[in-house]
Amino acid sequence: MDSFRILASIAVMVAATAATRALPFLVFRDRKVPGFVPFLAGYGPPAILTILTLYCFKDVDWTAAPHGAPEMAAAALTAVLHLWRRNTLLSIVGGTALYMILIRLA
Amino acid sequence: MESTDHDDSPRTRGSAPGAALRAALPATFPVFLGYTTIGAAFGLLLASSGLPLWAAPAMSIFVYAGAAQFMGVGLIASGAGLAEIAAATFLLNLRHMVYGLSFLETYSRAGARKPYLVLTLTDETYALLSTVAAPPGIDPDRFRFWVSALNQSYWFLGTLAGTLAGGLAAFDTRGLEFSLTALFTVLLIEQTRKVRSPLPYLASGACAVGAYLALGPSRMLLPAIGAAGVLLFALRGRLEARG
Repeated sequence: MDSFRILASIAVMVAATAATRALPFLVFRDRKVPGFVPFLAGYGPPAILTILTLYCFKDVDWTAAPHGAPEMAAAALTAVLHLWRRNTLLSIVGGTALYMILIRLA
Repeated sequence: MESTDHDDSPRTRGSAPGAALRAALPATFPVFLGYTTIGAAFGLLLASSGLPLWAAPAMSIFVYAGAAQFMGVGLIASGAGLAEIAAATFLLNLRHMVYGLSFLETYSRAGARKPYLVLTLTDETYALLSTVAAPPGIDPDRFRFWVSALNQSYWFLGTLAGTLAGGLAAFDTRGLEFSLTALFTVLLIEQTRKVRSPLPYLASGACAVGAYLALGPSRMLLPAIGAAGVLLFALRGRLEARG
């Protein structure tokens, strides 16, 4: 894989991440925060996380066996574990482990 | 809460650097468990993705945003463009802006440590710093610095261990990529505790499904994000009226 493209991709990620963390401090040091900023910061994350979670299922073949069953089962276990214990590590490890087991059985 | 935040008395000003570090160590123990494990999963995933191994520690030092790093491995490995990577990373990390906005005052007197504190404000560091205060007699800025630095060191150590393990031994890592789906599922559930209105979830979900059906899996991401952004601002009046 082209090292330069990887380096450029990481640089872009560094800049985008740093922007979300530093912008509030750079822009609103001694200025009133305009209303659309808390709106975007508040309602952006639920929207983008919905899209990204669905995006994770984009390569599932729903028309052929097993019709996305391992993905759905593992996502359901992740959600149930998280609603039950609210332990991020447990939820992620549990869901991923189930998925890794299921695709080997299929 | 703010009253204890900036204790500038000579007593706390002069507290030894070691004391702040010793106070931060037990406070960060839960993050130690989480970051070393998830960091190791990230390292393993990157090593099995075909990306060069140096990319893992480089991302954990300079990007230092777990969900974005997992997503980044997938996007880079699948040949996504820079604009797509930039937009997805920025929007995924938009929630960090909320943390920054609520810490404007808290970090205002952190001095030379401020840039590091600002750039390492992850989900877990924010959660910890907004709930755990520095013990009496410990300089709160120094305490916050050590909490942030320890958390990043855990993330880095986990990444290194996972990358080395994945690079040295040939693990059967098929399915490990599901950790990203699981991570997003967890973050989404956490979001529903903060934003209770179903509207943003339904609107953006419809955009994602629509883009998938209209454009296919490889070209759906940016249009879905764009459409959701437009829809969100169109619904702004209704969302803000509900509170």
